[in-house]
Amino acid sequence: MHNTLTIFKRELKSFFDSPMAYVFLVVFALLNGWFFTTTFFLYGQSDLRTLFNIVPLVYLFFIPGITMGLISREKGLGTIEIISTLPIDDRDIVVGKYLSAVALIAIALLTTSLHFITLSSFGNSIDYGAVFTGYLGLLLVGSVYASVGMFSSAVTDNQVISFIVGIAIIFVFWLFDKVLIFMPDLLAGTIQYLSVEYHLSNISRGVIDTRNLIYFGSVIGFFLFLTTRLVESRRWS
Amino acid sequence: MIKVDNLSKNYDDVKAVKSISFELQDGQVVGFLGANGAGKSTTLKIMTGYISPSSGNVYYGNRNIQDDTSDIQKDIGYLPELNPLYSEMRVHDYLKFISDIRGIPSNDFKNAFQKVVEECSLNAVAHRTIGNCSKGYKQRIGLAAAMIHDPKILILDEPVTGLDPNQIVEIRQLIKKLGKEKIVLMSSHILQEIQATVDRIIIINEGSIVADGSSESLLKDSAGGKVELSIDVSNANENDIKDMKATIPSVDIDSITKNDSYTNINIKYSNNKDPRADIFNYAVSKKWVILEMVATKQNLEDIFRNLTSNGKPS
Repeated sequence: MHNTLTIFKRELKSFFDSPMAYVFLVVFALLNGWFFTTTFFLYGQSDLRTLFNIVPLVYLFFIPGITMGLISREKGLGTIEIISTLPIDDRDIVVGKYLSAVALIAIALLTTSLHFITLSSFGNSIDYGAVFTGYLGLLLVGSVYASVGMFSSAVTDNQVISFIVGIAIIFVFWLFDKVLIFMPDLLAGTIQYLSVEYHLSNISRGVIDTRNLIYFGSVIGFFLFLTTRLVESRRWS
Repeated sequence: MIKVDNLSKNYDDVKAVKSISFELQDGQVVGFLGANGAGKSTTLKIMTGYISPSSGNVYYGNRNIQDDTSDIQKDIGYLPELNPLYSEMRVHDYLKFISDIRGIPSNDFKNAFQKVVEECSLNAVAHRTIGNCSKGYKQRIGLAAAMIHDPKILILDEPVTGLDPNQIVEIRQLIKKLGKEKIVLMSSHILQEIQATVDRIIIINEGSIVADGSSESLLKDSAGGKVELSIDVSNANENDIKDMKATIPSVDIDSITKNDSYTNINIKYSNNKDPRADIFNYAVSKKWVILEMVATKQNLEDIFRNLTSNGKPS
């Protein structure tokens, strides 16, 4: 736990020591702001649904961008040899790095609270519960994508490859919901259960169901487990 | 005590390390010498638990690095080859990060930090970003990170690359000092470096150990043990020079080169029969004037070349 925290702090600081975090946060805020406000005044509805719909799409490119270097860069620079020979479990390294990515995503989501402030100042009969669960859903989806990003970062020592692989896997998860109608009935249930959007839409409606939470938890756990195994695999190369 | 037992490592078809064994005792500075690609770094990587061996074991006392990896890693300070560092971090923050994972309490960190900064002469860059430091500083930052927790065992892969001659002398003294109470295993392909720093040399070639001992014993055991002697004399005639062999049997005359004002004689003799006094007396009796007499002992470099060239002409 202590080691996880040390890794977490170092990674988060390293995001903010380079221009990366600032570029990420500013562009994330601008993109979401633009997509949200262009339609917000047309609909005339006091909710953040447009925002909650657009953020997962923005995630598709942004989260692999955050995570691509987390492990691949260490492999490329050779610093993986430094931390792997410190008395720390590979699992702690992976979890610490992962949490730093999730923290950055949470900070990014905070930038969109501007729209919530706008909404609560001008709107009426706002469903605060739905806003809360909407944000919770976005954080959970971000956490799932970050775990996918961690995995793709551990696959290679090349950040560009890691970025592309990350986008590809996240795209597949995002796509599941869209291809449902082409699927035979036998598969449709499974595919739907695997779809991130399906679980997100449940939560965004304001329903916090343990089935959805278990889904998010198990996908994250699955990818972090694979990531840890990949980091450990250097021993056997 | 460290015991490396029948260690082998294969990378696909390449046998990088072939069943090597050796033991290291406390208070010993050991040099691990070999050409590039001989298997030095691979062995060190296995010893630090970074990679696993294909077969064989490394024991630290009774503990096996494969089973008690984290536990053993607490006792090791390791400077990897090429000295990778987080270039975006400041030197102080980097050492703090390392010592946090090493479990050094914040109160003790200040002292530990002061100590390594002093020992590695990092005062000027203590608060600078690592990426902006010179290569010599980076090397010493890596060294400082390896020893901040005052480990019992230091494993240093090429610790002096990138240092200037003054820094090399400093680091050499530091390693010698550390070696009094720790086990220090350092690798290098620079012979002079190893010769000047260590108590014992292990020479590795193509994954196997080809020599193991102090530099003196390696010199003594080396093939032939011939010493070359170069003498410049004036006032000598060639017949007298050729007759020298009759008076001093231990001498083999290799070559005689006549120059304008002096003659250069190259002589070979066995390590254990030093004929220099006899040569001097012979020269006096023939009224030669000796301008220069230099013995070029077979050095480690020749031994190294003999052991690692595998019969190929060097």
